[in-house]
Amino acid sequence: MEAPLLHLALVGTPNSGKTSLFNALTGSRQKVANYPGVTVERKEGFFVTPLGRQVSVVDLPGTYSLRGRSPDEEITRDIVLGRSAGESVPDLVLCVADATNLRLTIRLVLELKRTGRPLMLVLNMFDIATRRGVTVDVARLSGMLGIPVVTSIAVRKGGTSDLLRQTDEIAMQAPPPSQQNLWQPLSVAELRATQREADRIIAATISLPARPDTWTARIDAVVLHPVAGLAILALVLFVMFQAVFAWAQPLMELLSSAFAALGQLVHDTLPAGLLQSFLQNGVISGVGSVIVFLPQIVIIFLFILLLEDFGYMARAAFLMDRIMGGAGLHGRAFIPLLSSFACAIPGIMATRVIDNRRDRLTTILIAPLMTCSARIPVYTLIISAFIPAEQVWGWVDLRGLVMFGLYAAGIASALGVSFLIKFFMWRDDAPAPFMLELPDYKLPRARSIAIGVYTRAKMFLQRAGTTIFSMMVLIWFLASFPAAPAGAEGSAINYSLAAMIGKALEPLFAPLGFNWQIVVALIPGMAAREVAVAALGTVYAIEGGKEAADQIGQVLATKWSLATALSLLAWYIFAPQCASTLAVIRRETGSWKWMAITFGYMFALAYAASLATYNIAVALGAG
Amino acid sequence: MTNSKPTDANQPRPLGLARRGYSGVIHRLAADEANSALSAIELESRLIELGFVEGARVKVLHEGIVGRDPIAVRIENVTIAVRRREAMAVIVV
Repeated sequence: MEAPLLHLALVGTPNSGKTSLFNALTGSRQKVANYPGVTVERKEGFFVTPLGRQVSVVDLPGTYSLRGRSPDEEITRDIVLGRSAGESVPDLVLCVADATNLRLTIRLVLELKRTGRPLMLVLNMFDIATRRGVTVDVARLSGMLGIPVVTSIAVRKGGTSDLLRQTDEIAMQAPPPSQQNLWQPLSVAELRATQREADRIIAATISLPARPDTWTARIDAVVLHPVAGLAILALVLFVMFQAVFAWAQPLMELLSSAFAALGQLVHDTLPAGLLQSFLQNGVISGVGSVIVFLPQIVIIFLFILLLEDFGYMARAAFLMDRIMGGAGLHGRAFIPLLSSFACAIPGIMATRVIDNRRDRLTTILIAPLMTCSARIPVYTLIISAFIPAEQVWGWVDLRGLVMFGLYAAGIASALGVSFLIKFFMWRDDAPAPFMLELPDYKLPRARSIAIGVYTRAKMFLQRAGTTIFSMMVLIWFLASFPAAPAGAEGSAINYSLAAMIGKALEPLFAPLGFNWQIVVALIPGMAAREVAVAALGTVYAIEGGKEAADQIGQVLATKWSLATALSLLAWYIFAPQCASTLAVIRRETGSWKWMAITFGYMFALAYAASLATYNIAVALGAG
Repeated sequence: MTNSKPTDANQPRPLGLARRGYSGVIHRLAADEANSALSAIELESRLIELGFVEGARVKVLHEGIVGRDPIAVRIENVTIAVRRREAMAVIVV
């Protein structure tokens, strides 16, 4: 009979190298999902021990204690205590520690011991500790703690052999008599007593080098310098933007033409009709328009994971904390908002690093105001059709200036909205504390980064295949039914449900200078903003092709007034024009309410901004 | 003749007022004296979990840009970033 699956749980403080150990143990055999009802990432992986025992391991959210002060930490506590419904009770808890920095982990171990679960301490990054001159009396430490202690080097091949051997030994032993859980939330006095005990054990078993990590001190002297630090941060951001916008471009074009070719293949193979239109316009171009963003998502997560593993993220939060604080934002909101320039979806997912719920909600609410890359095709189309390519003040390109203004308007409105949210909803509360470990710098490991990027990309594709796909099908349906009557003039979309909705909504949008064709284009634009460009092409019955975008521009320049064009630009800065973002907000906040609030306030802002822009432009004679 | 300077340096004072380069030892925690969003018990618990206990050696390594806030504090061999508002709860000598 085969032995049952052995359940391991990894617990540790943030920055303990838990995730790199998890990656080293399981490789790509990982499943990432959410714990039911909460937006905490559940990471489970599988491996086989040298003696052939099948093992499942969960990577629990990092924590300094079992008190459970955030949803993430509650998960860790409940799983360790075996209280979590639907989760296996761990057979062995592995407490992972950064061997160079044991002080806070030993306190956590003492707390974990009270749960009565079989426990083992893993001294990870043991090579770095040895190189720095940290010596650990492993046998003595094990004796004093009363649990097995193993060393590991997660990033080196064979660096986990000690851990695997010990796991096999524990698995072969008869299950230890189930010990009673004596854990209760620790009082302040008990916390203090455990930290004192931890310090006593460390003094007896670990000798630290006279000099701490000099590299970290040297790098921090520059990176956290008030002037040089900000300049470096700006440089990092510049390279990141350059990568996301310039380096991703060839890959995106490649994907885009591959999907176009696939669509054309379907068009040529299948007889004209509903199935052909569904596959080509609904499925392939719909899903394709989202998958095109995969290179950007991969690049942005590559940067985030590299900076995170290197230890720079915590520094960026440190530098930006007070600057963001002026607008009522937490220092940790910086990276999520930055990611939102590529796409609000990874940005909103990245807000998970903010442990305070209020700060996290504020960040989620304003993330869609950051100018995401999907707005760029729309901006480019309208700017090149309506804004002359002139120089202003002798050297500034007018089109570039307008583009910059659109970005600036997005950032300014995000900060303004955040300030208002804080002022109206949380005025009387003191700002949430910012208490963050600044870990020693470490060289990121290619394998760990690759696994991280791969899992993120897989999640994105899964969503493109499910939620976004169904949205696309719905929008295709609206744009295709009912079919145009025989001998009808113009494009088929003009007879569809989408056109009916467009015409019905026209009075609402007429004050903004939008005609019904624009309103119709906004409907498929809900699936992904840039689809509006193609949709405008369809309603104005322009044949697709290589020069389609230029042609759309020429047609629009003859059909719209400048006021209408500017009004549409203003609309695009604010409008909640992206069903996938709304779906992610719904999932990440776990409530329809916050999705509705986001939709409502963005719609109101967009309407007001367009109304003002149109009327001012008309008054100035651009009507 | 009274010379207040040497005695001042040995007076317990909040870490929240310390400047870059300051180093000392934690004398006690006074969570109810900090004007934090957290309750006194919660603030004290979090500080202890990050290693701020009596007798630990601390050093202010870095200061933020705006209002010299937050500060990066080396405590034993860990570096913690904390706002001055919360650091007011840590009394050092």
